[in-house]
Amino acid sequence: MKPGHHLIYQYLRHEKKFPHVWCPGCGNGVVLGSLIRTIHKLQYSKDEIVLVSGIGCAGRMTAYVDFNTLHTTHGRALAFATGIKLVKPHLKVIVVMGDGDATAIGGNHLIHAARRNVNLTAIIINNHIYGMTGGQFSPTTPYGLRASTAPHGHVEHAFNISKLVEAAGGSFVARGTVYHVNLLDRLMEKAIPKTGFAVVEIMSTCPTHFNKLNLLGTAVDSLTWMKEHAAPVEKAKEMKPEELRGKFRIGVLIDQDIPDYQAEYHQVRERAKAAGAYRLDPQEISRILESNQCY
Amino acid sequence: MSRPDDSGKIRLIQGNEACAEGAVAAGCRFYAGYPITPSSEIAEVLAYRLPAVDGTFIQMEDEIASLGAVIGASLAGAKAMTATSGPGFSLMQEHIGFACMAEVPCVIVNVMRGGPSTGLPTSPAQGDVQQARWGTHGDHPIIALSPWSVLECATLTVEAFNLSEKYRTPVILLMDEIVGHMRENVILPRPDELEVYNRVRPKVPPEWYEPYEDTPFGVPPMAAFGEGYRYHVTGLFHDLHGFPTLREDEIEPLLNRMFRKIWTNLGEIQKVETFALEDAETAVIAYGSAARAAKRAVLEARAAGRKVGLLRLVTIWPFCRRAVESILGRCRKLIVAEMNLGQISREVKRVVQGRAEVATVSRVLGRLIRPDEILSVIEKG
Repeated sequence: MKPGHHLIYQYLRHEKKFPHVWCPGCGNGVVLGSLIRTIHKLQYSKDEIVLVSGIGCAGRMTAYVDFNTLHTTHGRALAFATGIKLVKPHLKVIVVMGDGDATAIGGNHLIHAARRNVNLTAIIINNHIYGMTGGQFSPTTPYGLRASTAPHGHVEHAFNISKLVEAAGGSFVARGTVYHVNLLDRLMEKAIPKTGFAVVEIMSTCPTHFNKLNLLGTAVDSLTWMKEHAAPVEKAKEMKPEELRGKFRIGVLIDQDIPDYQAEYHQVRERAKAAGAYRLDPQEISRILESNQCY
Repeated sequence: MSRPDDSGKIRLIQGNEACAEGAVAAGCRFYAGYPITPSSEIAEVLAYRLPAVDGTFIQMEDEIASLGAVIGASLAGAKAMTATSGPGFSLMQEHIGFACMAEVPCVIVNVMRGGPSTGLPTSPAQGDVQQARWGTHGDHPIIALSPWSVLECATLTVEAFNLSEKYRTPVILLMDEIVGHMRENVILPRPDELEVYNRVRPKVPPEWYEPYEDTPFGVPPMAAFGEGYRYHVTGLFHDLHGFPTLREDEIEPLLNRMFRKIWTNLGEIQKVETFALEDAETAVIAYGSAARAAKRAVLEARAAGRKVGLLRLVTIWPFCRRAVESILGRCRKLIVAEMNLGQISREVKRVVQGRAEVATVSRVLGRLIRPDEILSVIEKG
């Protein structure tokens, strides 16, 4: 048996969880495989991993794996994860969400988790549609395509998730696909141990709804499309704008070392224990205002 | 600002501060909230106090996220709470249901102001009583307590934590703007004078652990994340192991146990206070700040020679049916005084079933009901 198969027995739950709910051709299994390989490779114990998910097809992932697992409400996984991480900082808290989960109902939680730079890993599986509820459009459904709630064509414009998170803050943003599996493993390997808020956006497939409604063929056609339209960031730097048109960048988009929320809150605790109010140095005030990133 | 070593001394503080002090004394080490008047002082005191005891205060992006973070913190093993007022309480309903379903202990303070919607910022009301009971969707039991004094804001916060830990359930502290902002001289109990209950942890090895086991008491022991008991938590109906289920032989037993753990322990959960009820022929039923006006009305009626007493509900939910039934024999008239249009009087009528006259002083005026408004109803007969 190949090593990958052994990992299934080691990390998936045995009793009463299978068959899983995902359709043939769904990208969720590819993401789960990458996640398990990465956790195994990085030698985390199963006890120190907390996997948190929201609602939707991706949300069901937590039930299948033998970690501490929490299946929360729609869009709010990051809020629950924030509470867990701040109480038990030594745990590795990983959050799995879909595009509707993370950027529609959970959009506010996403940008604020990024702004706070809470030490969490967020995996956003982006298949451009609501799968579980039956093919309704999501914030990443492309303009002009069809969805079950856009039978006459979609007239809203899509979020670029990676750019959204990049603008909000955070330590690490990467984009991968379920076709580029080796790259996905490498991105996970960087994102999970990263201190601070780390996001991996993963372009995925939904042959059941997205492809069917939009005449896109099978899951294999989707994977082929990803192969042809993804531009690795290193190559993209050397490509001309006309070559890049219609393509999306994959790889590490942002990787910076900035203090995470826990490190900052540690200072708050130290000041609180020292008693006495936090005193602002009058000479510091103008420097703080000038370095404020909000303008 | 309050100091940790201030317990045992006379202090002039407001109800919101007392609530925060009670939380720290109960062992609360995590607070997540969103600013809203008239509850914000609870957040402000805890932002100051919690980091000093290695706890965490976090201001979240909204009330939904606040209660989400609180539930996450509780699953990680901390005692956790949030505080809000009407509009925020509406937003929290989603996660109150999650905490009921996943049986996660937590305390939700609602310092009630007038509603619906933005309503009366920030005048008092008691309009969220039925929302506390039925605000989240689906059948579920709930515990709600209502303090009437600054001291009780502290002691009932401790009690709320104790009940939530003991029964693995969210507990709602229904304060109102008056008790929240009122200042009184209090001597807060010293930590060693308080009875503090902590959730039962599993004693079995992880491979034997059933996180939603049907125990005789109805409350399964609760493991914290990261302690070797890897289990699944979900808002879906689940089996004994926490895994989603659609089986009818697992759905109903779960719901039945959720109710059983509360309903078989009503004697411990339900608390009332009585005043001059021994020989009373008329009883005033009230709770929270309205009970203060009711007590004054009872004193004045007694001075005028009327046999009137006060039944003060400390526990709002589950409704103290037995306490009301116990006074039915001698009281021919019950007067329910509350700052809403009859949210508890309908419960009283349901219990009384015509065996006594039920009169109401149900007013939403943006101020406290005055004693003379209750007294005039007492005097009517």
